[in-house]
Amino acid sequence: MSFSWAKPYEPKHPFMRWVDERLPLPRLVYGAIGGGYPVPRNLNYFWNFGVLAGLFLTIQIVTGIVLAMWYFSSADGAFNSVEHIMRDVNAGWLIRYAHMNGASFFFIVTYIHIFRGLYYGSYKAPRELVWMLGLVIYLLMMATAFMGYVLPWGQMSFWGAQVITGFFSAFPLIGEPLRIWLLGGYAPDQAALTRFFSLHYLLPFVIAGVTILHIWALHIPGSNNPTGVDVKNERDTLPFHPFYTAKDGWFAGLVLLAYALVTFFAPNYLGHADNYIPANPLVTPAHIVPEWYFWPFYAILRSFTVDFILPAKLWGVLAMFFSILLLFFLPWVDKSSVRSGSYRPVFKRFFWLLVLDVVLLGYVGGAEISARNIALGQIASAYYFLHFLVILPLVSALERPLPLPNSISESVLHGEVEEAAPAGQTKRRGGSVATATAE
Amino acid sequence: MATRAQSAEVPGTTGPEGEGPSDGYRRRDFLNVAAVSFVGVGTVAAIAPLLVQMAPPADVLALATTEVDISKIQPGQAIKTTWRKQPIFIRNLMPAEIKAANAVPLSELRDPQTLAERTKPGKQNWLITLGVCTHLGCVPLGAGEGENRGPYGGYFCPCHGSAYDTAGRIRAGPAPLNLMVPTYQFTSPTTVQIG
Repeated sequence: MSFSWAKPYEPKHPFMRWVDERLPLPRLVYGAIGGGYPVPRNLNYFWNFGVLAGLFLTIQIVTGIVLAMWYFSSADGAFNSVEHIMRDVNAGWLIRYAHMNGASFFFIVTYIHIFRGLYYGSYKAPRELVWMLGLVIYLLMMATAFMGYVLPWGQMSFWGAQVITGFFSAFPLIGEPLRIWLLGGYAPDQAALTRFFSLHYLLPFVIAGVTILHIWALHIPGSNNPTGVDVKNERDTLPFHPFYTAKDGWFAGLVLLAYALVTFFAPNYLGHADNYIPANPLVTPAHIVPEWYFWPFYAILRSFTVDFILPAKLWGVLAMFFSILLLFFLPWVDKSSVRSGSYRPVFKRFFWLLVLDVVLLGYVGGAEISARNIALGQIASAYYFLHFLVILPLVSALERPLPLPNSISESVLHGEVEEAAPAGQTKRRGGSVATATAE
Repeated sequence: MATRAQSAEVPGTTGPEGEGPSDGYRRRDFLNVAAVSFVGVGTVAAIAPLLVQMAPPADVLALATTEVDISKIQPGQAIKTTWRKQPIFIRNLMPAEIKAANAVPLSELRDPQTLAERTKPGKQNWLITLGVCTHLGCVPLGAGEGENRGPYGGYFCPCHGSAYDTAGRIRAGPAPLNLMVPTYQFTSPTTVQIG
């Protein structure tokens, strides 16, 4: 895999040579995230978010395994066991808050990662499978997050389970039996809670597995880059280690700082107070919304209010599922041969409109239902589909992209050759200290 | 610019632009060591809560004492109760059992202790021990009526054949120590607080 100039693994220590001959695991690591994986030299900070997603997946798995040591998946005991974790278990409050907010941060970095791919055309050939595997991970994340949110068995948990499984009842004929089968009852109860716990524990490991496929598929063509221009020779790349390990490392520190700030100082800011009320099958909370990362889809779901051939309920559910499924076809919807949005003036404008649209959908999804919000949601939902189904194909057919740089190195250097020359071998501009050393 | 100028003034760091080491160490070396050390400290701080969570939680520690009413235990009888979820044997020894225990020379014992050392002054008939065999943790027989009390007339562990005498001391079999005497006190003539 990767480029012809990728450095092969050459173990220096005899023990590592011994291991490498028997189990080439160090070789695999070296070629995947070490000095043997050449990466375009011009990546900007938006390329840090894949590693961050991996980091938060790890945090979620580690804190989740610990929580599962104390959590009871029983309808009678679940809520109390979470309170027990919060009050009695040593550092339990910290581990649970880390898990709660870890989920939010996992989604934050994943959304930035997805929009990075949308802007820079990372879904285009030859990275279609990278994109599609990423979407599979995203769908698995949504399923995992939803089931995890049910586990504390508070009011939001219970009614979240009721509403989300209610989606399936929208399908004609099979809908209601399907919903009852999924819940193992007529309403969320013990059976649903236990199976959600089982799957919530399983799916993260499935995500980890698909992540390996995602990275494997990525490493065949290598990373895309802000110009979208293919890597041409060794001058266009840097070895992953130490250059990108260092950059990812320091940026991860920065993001972990933000994560720690939220976890310690506003641990419940991203949650709902109602979920600290034990589940009550007889009372629905007045303002029921999913977690913030589902709001855009929730807005699409709520935008269908009138029966039109099909019942409104079915339209909402279909539109919500389709809003994600259509992303799988993106590599064939956007036919422009230019990848990066930086060289596509029309596409760029519509990209930012889409971002605004999704933010607006998010706002509507989290807001209370009112005539104004429903209208806003309907417009924003319509625009979402319009973007992918009409605007994008038209733009890619009609747009005249800007001239691309000949190579990554050329775009980085802007013709200033001396900047790329080794230190001390060329004249420096300005700076009294620098001048002094040069002499 | 300011940092460049400062670093040039600090001895033991580097030349102004990061090259030209004055003493073999570059500014980058310092940054590397500092960054990696900081990550190390952070990792330890992050792992600590994952380890301390395994220790007994507050509600388990809150069960550290148990009060037992012993007024109904006749001489020769024993009861089983629990303390920290572990079985406790409370036995009201008969005079013959006390005599038998005191008749054993300490040199014969694997874990030498007198009955007086294992009971409270003036309450030598009350033998209070953990019902946990010191070999591998089974519950010995002998506290229940009609149970096998073993060759030494105290307790007998059916798992691996450890035999305890009337003072709960190990006499035969693989167990290394006498049955453990927990911390306890008489809060009234008929009440014992264990723990």
